[in-house]
Amino acid sequence: MSNFRIEVTKQSEEGDPRIAAAAHRLGISSLRSCNKTQLFFLTCRAAAAPSPDQINRLCDFLLVDPVTESAQVISPPRPCSDDSRIQPSNASNEHVVEVALRPGVTDVAARVLERGAAELGIHDLEAATATRYRLTGDLSRTDLHRLARDLLCNDTIERYSLGAIEPLFGHGSDARDYVEQVSLAGLNEEELLACSRERLLSLDAEEMKEIQGFYDEIGRAPTDVELETLAQTWSEHCVHKTFKSNIAFTLRSAGGQALSVGEIQGLLRSYIQAATEKVNRSWVRSAFVDDAGIIEFDDQYDLAFKVETHNHPSALEPFGGANTGIGGVVRDIIAVSARPVACTDVLCFGPQELPPEELPAGILHPARVQEGVVAGIGDYGNKLGLPTVNGAVIYDDGYLGNPLVFCGAVGLLPKGSHPTEPRQGDRIVVLGGRTGRDGIHGATFSSAELTQETHTKSGSAVQIGDPITEKGLIELVEAARDGRLYNAITDCGAGGLSSAVGEMGEKLGADIELQDVPLKYPGLTPWEIWLSEAQERMVLAVPPANLSRLQDLADLWEVEMRDLGRFSGDGWLRVRYGGRAVAEMPMSFLHDGLPIPSRTAFYEEPAPDHSSLQTVLARARPKLKEKALLLQMLSHPTVASKERIVRTYDHEVRGGTLVRPFVGPHMDGPADAAVLKPVGTWGHGRAFALSAGINPLLGKRDCYAMAVSAVDEAFRNAVSVGADPDQIALLDNFCWGNPTFPDRLGALVRTCQGCYDAAVRYNAPYISGKDSLYNEFEGQPIPGTLLISAIGIVPDMRRTCTSHLKRPGNFIFLLGETREELGGSLLGQLLGWNGGDPPSLPEEPLKRYRAVHAAMQAGLIQSCHDLSEGGLAVALAEMCLGGRLGAAVDIAAAIGSSFSHPYIPLFSETNGRLLLEVAPPDRAALEEVLSDLPIALIGEVTESEQLAWARNRQPIFNISIEEIVSAWKGAEAE
Amino acid sequence: MNLPVLILHATGTNRDAEAARACELAGASPHIVHVNQLREGIRRFSDFGMLVLPGGFSYGDALGAGVRQALDLHVFFHEELTDFIQTGKPVLGICNGFQTLVKAGLLPGAADDGGRRSVARRDVTLTHNARDRFECRWVHLAVEQGARAGCLAQLREPVFCPVAHGEGNFQVSDNETLGRLEKDGLVAFRYVDSNGARADGRYPLNPNGSVADIAGICNRAGNVIGLMPHPEDHVDPIQNPLGDGKGLGLSLFRAMIASAGR
Repeated sequence: MSNFRIEVTKQSEEGDPRIAAAAHRLGISSLRSCNKTQLFFLTCRAAAAPSPDQINRLCDFLLVDPVTESAQVISPPRPCSDDSRIQPSNASNEHVVEVALRPGVTDVAARVLERGAAELGIHDLEAATATRYRLTGDLSRTDLHRLARDLLCNDTIERYSLGAIEPLFGHGSDARDYVEQVSLAGLNEEELLACSRERLLSLDAEEMKEIQGFYDEIGRAPTDVELETLAQTWSEHCVHKTFKSNIAFTLRSAGGQALSVGEIQGLLRSYIQAATEKVNRSWVRSAFVDDAGIIEFDDQYDLAFKVETHNHPSALEPFGGANTGIGGVVRDIIAVSARPVACTDVLCFGPQELPPEELPAGILHPARVQEGVVAGIGDYGNKLGLPTVNGAVIYDDGYLGNPLVFCGAVGLLPKGSHPTEPRQGDRIVVLGGRTGRDGIHGATFSSAELTQETHTKSGSAVQIGDPITEKGLIELVEAARDGRLYNAITDCGAGGLSSAVGEMGEKLGADIELQDVPLKYPGLTPWEIWLSEAQERMVLAVPPANLSRLQDLADLWEVEMRDLGRFSGDGWLRVRYGGRAVAEMPMSFLHDGLPIPSRTAFYEEPAPDHSSLQTVLARARPKLKEKALLLQMLSHPTVASKERIVRTYDHEVRGGTLVRPFVGPHMDGPADAAVLKPVGTWGHGRAFALSAGINPLLGKRDCYAMAVSAVDEAFRNAVSVGADPDQIALLDNFCWGNPTFPDRLGALVRTCQGCYDAAVRYNAPYISGKDSLYNEFEGQPIPGTLLISAIGIVPDMRRTCTSHLKRPGNFIFLLGETREELGGSLLGQLLGWNGGDPPSLPEEPLKRYRAVHAAMQAGLIQSCHDLSEGGLAVALAEMCLGGRLGAAVDIAAAIGSSFSHPYIPLFSETNGRLLLEVAPPDRAALEEVLSDLPIALIGEVTESEQLAWARNRQPIFNISIEEIVSAWKGAEAE
Repeated sequence: MNLPVLILHATGTNRDAEAARACELAGASPHIVHVNQLREGIRRFSDFGMLVLPGGFSYGDALGAGVRQALDLHVFFHEELTDFIQTGKPVLGICNGFQTLVKAGLLPGAADDGGRRSVARRDVTLTHNARDRFECRWVHLAVEQGARAGCLAQLREPVFCPVAHGEGNFQVSDNETLGRLEKDGLVAFRYVDSNGARADGRYPLNPNGSVADIAGICNRAGNVIGLMPHPEDHVDPIQNPLGDGKGLGLSLFRAMIASAGR
């Protein structure tokens, strides 16, 4: 056995200013600088140790860049200590903290190093990596621990040492085949619940009794494998109990009087699926059945779209949580046999400027959460070669303890290429990454002697993703699909093999051998293998005759493949370990045994607010004039430019991004939606648009209004870039608090009712959706948040539209009437006013969107932008900014009942409105196409560098393009 | 017959489909070939008239961009690749492909034409962007007049195309190295503004902090060219975010493919 420690240091001695700055924000001002060194540890199990020459070659080829780095090889490494001082003898101001991944956490660099070493002829090498931070400053041990914990290391996936860290190689414990019989016989309700709690099963009393009854009947005790399988299959995450439950719902007036009482037979069925069935669009290929929704794209191809959330993992380990969130939703696309072509992301964070002393214990600072989440999304999407093209970032105090990370993915599949029926005798094949204890009952995995810190967190341990393994899966599955090598496919997501095999074998039954599952390290018990949520795995049903062809493809794409068993045909689930059955039950009990829960819910309508805008303004302090308000809105973090985030995502890869996140001559104006042209379809002009609608601020005022407004926003954004309003499909994603509280569930019911009404009004189907419940921190729920994502067909990629103003002299039209709808608006938030009427569902919205689409197809519209947060004022400012052109408008021209105050036309957030820029020669034709719609000419594009507002020709205020740019872009403006 | 072009796919390559489309539009016959198919001898370098190393994250770039793929080239294809380059066939490395050629010592290459510089004695590199983050944005690129890559002379106007990378900062070990690159005509592309004037290190015109605004280089024989930006993402005017019809990256592919015929 020989050991090496290799330290690779950048030659330039500049420290990392971001770490120093972050330390100062933590209140540790004595940190002067921080330098990073990469550490590589090698241990060789071969009899002959690698020669010094071999180690030098390893450094030259794989570890050291001779232009920028230098390396030091230390063998044998010095003993480890917990002394942080570089030279213990002097009272040096230089300290060392070393950080390494916990055992079991994916260390891609170490694996690549081991394989690279083998290519250089150095075999049996095991590698581990770490980072060494050299900190300069007068720092106490307490300071160092704090810096390590709050800045340099995340306890969920990493460990640290003050001074040299001990490398841990991928050794596991001995193989364990231990299976426990868990007797439930004779337990009373309390004891059953205690059993559920102790084993982290999350089953309620009714469910535990159902299981107890079943095993009483067959006359034996369940095994731990069986209990875990039932708990997983019946979990909220997998079966969506809340959305299927029967709900006794009471709608109350603001005064508390019951307005209506009724029974809802499942939210999903009554509102979401019901809307899809009611609108009955012929181009929907699959809704709510598969892992993703599918619509028709062209004669040859269909499009699949799915949006998932990864909130809790991202709260604990932002990078890994978001990273695996993208990985998971992309696998949902692979699981409908589609080739992924794009990603989306919508993020909700706490305030970035929160003073550290106000941060509640037990959570990461929102700035750290954002930094990690953004890096995690970029890392995974960029490495998969998928453009991340659409999204939003919302900031609100309500997300402090529980950020939201919505990850979306779109895929393209040839028509009829997705098989969904496994056949009797098909082999159960697992492809992709190896299985470890990832995501099993959290951090209990780390053994006590490895760390001095105690893990206090329960819940799933978070992994870091391995996008390159997933990239291999994408290529392999596409080739296997084209070769028609499988009869069914699904991903291993939550619940791991248990969920994948249990669902796929629901009708046929499955017989599976766990000892054949490739493991990252030995020592997993059968139930751990069965339930592991290790990333980057797919399960396929493969006819035996196709196995060798699939193996050839797997070899080519360097993806690990293993045959685990067969779909038996007897309707039973049989899980074996070394031939011995460790779980044996009929699929019918697993899938149909869950008692349908009943819940109660109520919703109290928001109190009407009779205070007029005038009185609110009279009360407001400080007094802000129109211009100051507009500047505040433009620099509000939710509205302001997200360029700093979005530019870290590759939005160009695959060469099909036609409308990008940023538009205009400076490529920095906000786009309403993205338009994409998939590789392989350049033979015709069809493309597709992706957009989103989300407004939790409005939800705080009125849930129903939030739902209808989110649908309108997603819809009008898609129309703005050229999507056909008769070919737009919707996705619903709910993030909510604990639904066992009747008030929270009631708000969810009311939101679903809004979803139904809006979808029917727009004639748009929901094709997929997901709910993430129990988003609470310390008993405080997040603001109930609905994300509506839209995918729409763009019939002609040459007839798309962008939001920036194009040419002086063009006319500016406002489509849609403006009402006094300031409830839940950005203006309300700035004024500290939680009143006012919220925006409602527009009358006949489809008629106006169809007309806009027709005008766009006729080439009559030069630019188009939707009105959302901040209303007309913000929307027009954004158009000026994107085009670096001025405009002169008269708000009195806008359609609406006599505006009692100029803030109404300026800042009201009425739905269904678009701004259109039209060239003078096209004016008549446009007015013809939009005749009998509420449309008004409100002004024109000007050469001046001012956006000039007037009311009845009396100037109100002017704002320069420069002021708009600097408010909206903030520090990013250069 | 159209020129057969080898588009090399290593585990983690992802801009191969666009590179193939660009070659096709430029009149060649692209073949995306996995490195394992070349290792097994199912396909050979010598079957092709041009080689493209496309963008992506080969092996996840886990040990630095292109490092592990460079090792592959060294261990498995040393002779075949040296022959390919020495016969003067065009080789284009884009983004991760460029990083790979540099880390493998094939760009700018040794003083003797077609030769390879020892990996340990490389004096140029592509390192982390000056802003230390991945960045995606469109840039203008000017062909360096007098570059050894003679085929580029026909590219008259600046190429407009996106960068999308975290490690595209071109650096040299010392000023002498830079002087030699310039004097020997090994600088092929520089970042410029929309009028073709040097970026002079100004962000975001020069998006990554590259020394002397260098976006791409070539070898002494002029047949091996590497650059960070993605001309394959601008092969149709509809992809141009400014919509002005200028700066097609397709012209680079046309020029290189034409040079293979000569």
